[in-house]
Amino acid sequence: MNKELKNMKIKKILEKYPYAKTFLEDQQLSIDDQELTISQLYQQLTLEQKEDLGLDIKQLEASLDNYIEQMQEFIGESDDNNTVQSLTILAGKDKDEQAEKFAELKVHAGEIISIVGPTGSGKSRLLADIEWTAQADTPTERSILINGQKPDLSWRFSGGKKLVAQLSQNMNFVMDLGVEEFIRLHAASRLVKNEDEIVARVITEANFLAGEKFSADTQITSLSGGQSRALMIADTAILSRSPIILIDEIENAGIDREKALDLLVGENKIVLMATHDPILALMGDKRIVINNGGIEKIIKTKDFEKELLIKLKKVDNMLSDLRNSLRYGKELTDNPNLTS
Amino acid sequence: MNLVTFSGPPSSGKTAVILKTIDALQNRDIAVGVVKFDCLYTDDDRLYEKAGIPVKKGLSGSLCPDHYFVSNIEEVVQWGLANDLDLLITESAGLCNRCSPYIKDIKAICVIDNLSGINTPKKIGPMLKTADIVIITKGDIVSQAEREVFASRVMTVNPRAMVMHVNGLTGQGAFEFSTLLYDDELNIETVKGKQLRFSMPSAMCSYCLGETRIGEEHQLGNVRKINLGDQNE
Repeated sequence: MNKELKNMKIKKILEKYPYAKTFLEDQQLSIDDQELTISQLYQQLTLEQKEDLGLDIKQLEASLDNYIEQMQEFIGESDDNNTVQSLTILAGKDKDEQAEKFAELKVHAGEIISIVGPTGSGKSRLLADIEWTAQADTPTERSILINGQKPDLSWRFSGGKKLVAQLSQNMNFVMDLGVEEFIRLHAASRLVKNEDEIVARVITEANFLAGEKFSADTQITSLSGGQSRALMIADTAILSRSPIILIDEIENAGIDREKALDLLVGENKIVLMATHDPILALMGDKRIVINNGGIEKIIKTKDFEKELLIKLKKVDNMLSDLRNSLRYGKELTDNPNLTS
Repeated sequence: MNLVTFSGPPSSGKTAVILKTIDALQNRDIAVGVVKFDCLYTDDDRLYEKAGIPVKKGLSGSLCPDHYFVSNIEEVVQWGLANDLDLLITESAGLCNRCSPYIKDIKAICVIDNLSGINTPKKIGPMLKTADIVIITKGDIVSQAEREVFASRVMTVNPRAMVMHVNGLTGQGAFEFSTLLYDDELNIETVKGKQLRFSMPSAMCSYCLGETRIGEEHQLGNVRKINLGDQNE
């Protein structure tokens, strides 16, 4: 523990580092007498309390030290120095040790990249390389650059600082909380300043994405699939610290997928999307084709594909109108566009 | 030989994580063996066997599993050396969330899962608080928000640890984790003379000695009473 902290009374520590309160509370230490130093506080514990704490004085001091250091770093990250403006993938090799057929791929904040390829082709490995900021030290020997430079090691080793946030089809809410309570919990763990405002925004955006609206006091476990997905996306876009979002398919039910992507891109995230749904895949600026463990090619979305996308969206809207009609008990009428 | 101790609540995914990690280690030609500690029953040894990994299991029976661990760890280390292992992994379940078999200067890994609830990190004692690396599993089935909140709770109770997500089913993250496990510099010949990171629970009361009758007159030794007054314990 650094000397300054060692001699500081708890009162002073809390004045200087207000968040240390959470640490002490989570260690179940009483902070009623704030005139003590940490080691005096420890001395006052009974043998049983010391046992329950599960740390000796050295470990406790070192823990607090580390906690404060990490939190200072966390808070000190101004938006400027933490912004990921670009991600670069430098080619490695495929499962047969053949060099990948591209040199480098640079993706900028606000871009959407689709990833396609059969199961087992190496999509997860690519993602893992990005997450681990590989430096030719993974089986593919790819390297990852952030803002054009070799990334800081803290992307690998820091618990709260993860490069990639994930949204996948299998994910569910497991906590038994209301929507607002839940988002507040997430906001609190991020130490956001304008909590009320941000929490309200997440809920508004989620409702904007969801087909069926929900209120702030709905239990998260009782949200529909579409509503859950909408809340997860809005929350990740606004509250997640990770600059890169990986989406593993978004089911086309109860959620406006285009608005969802707009929201993520609007928050300056890099969006990687593993999908074989033509509408989603064509919403990407480029798509990466993966085969046999390597990137086989990178296809820029062509103009005629974008035109096709417009037609596909029409079909998609038609289907979702029919779905809504069913939901509200209407009879379905023939659509002239269907019989051509 | 390197020694690494794994520990974590039951069903948190320790065996799955270890299996996937060994996969990655074997690709680097590192000879890995496992000793599994449990209480009454385990068939995890068969999973290791099936994967061709040298394995032994130790069941503590009616004894506290972590006391059993410390009483046997030196023999286990000698078994690993005799089998020419490069890396010996011990796996034990932290059954009361209080125990921790971690040894000073021996790498300690705690495995916990996202489904256990966000207050769980607070409930786990030295097993989580004094670990060097905390592996969080089952991240593929909960929301990103829950993952982030859970990781931040872990970080609050153990700010010194490196926190990683590993998926025991798909193996995502296992390769990366495996790169942190073996170190040429950390070879040992024995653990004799080394110390535990934290004392094990002291429970030496009449019930430890076989008492079955209930009532204050039968309680001797280290007895602690619940506080049923206004203040909750």
